[in-house]
Amino acid sequence: MIKSELVQHIVSQNPHLYQRDVETIVNAILGEIVGALARGDRVELRGFGAFSVKHRPARTGRNPRTGAHVSVDQKSVPFFKTGKEMRERLNRT
Amino acid sequence: MAGKTVTRADLCEAVYQKVGLSRTESSALVELVLKEITNCLEHGETVKLSSFGSFVVRKKGQRIGRNPKTGKEVPISPRRVMVFKPSAILKQKINSGDGKA
Repeated sequence: MIKSELVQHIVSQNPHLYQRDVETIVNAILGEIVGALARGDRVELRGFGAFSVKHRPARTGRNPRTGAHVSVDQKSVPFFKTGKEMRERLNRT
Repeated sequence: MAGKTVTRADLCEAVYQKVGLSRTESSALVELVLKEITNCLEHGETVKLSSFGSFVVRKKGQRIGRNPKTGKEVPISPRRVMVFKPSAILKQKINSGDGKA
């Protein structure tokens, strides 16, 4: 499923809403999550999962082809931990 | 760890601010979006949200684990797990968004 299909599914269940409003809603939700992570905040959605940001310190890496040393700057990466209910639903039956 | 935690209430508020719907309806729509994504994943289907990332369901075979406390070997049953693959845009925003990186 891609974003436009998600929007379609929601419109078909809410015929009183315009497609562009549903697009705005989906983008508002995702935008709020992205904004929180960009600030370094955590996003916790019970039953679904939690998004957080992990910091990776600078390190010396190797170019696997040439073996040359390259320095890798410190960076932050988004991390998602699956929620309990989601985990259970994936393994039902 | 100093940051605050964003929850459903904040997502509802964001929807409420953006669209002319009631708070009740905004909250119902946030639930519906999460429900749709969950249903899709439950069926083993990948969910791709452009400029955000994708949720992928992976199948794991049986393997031998160890109870870290007792050191005893225990079989871990085959299972399905969900992974989130952040988009390049999201990764970039996280690294330019705050002063930490």
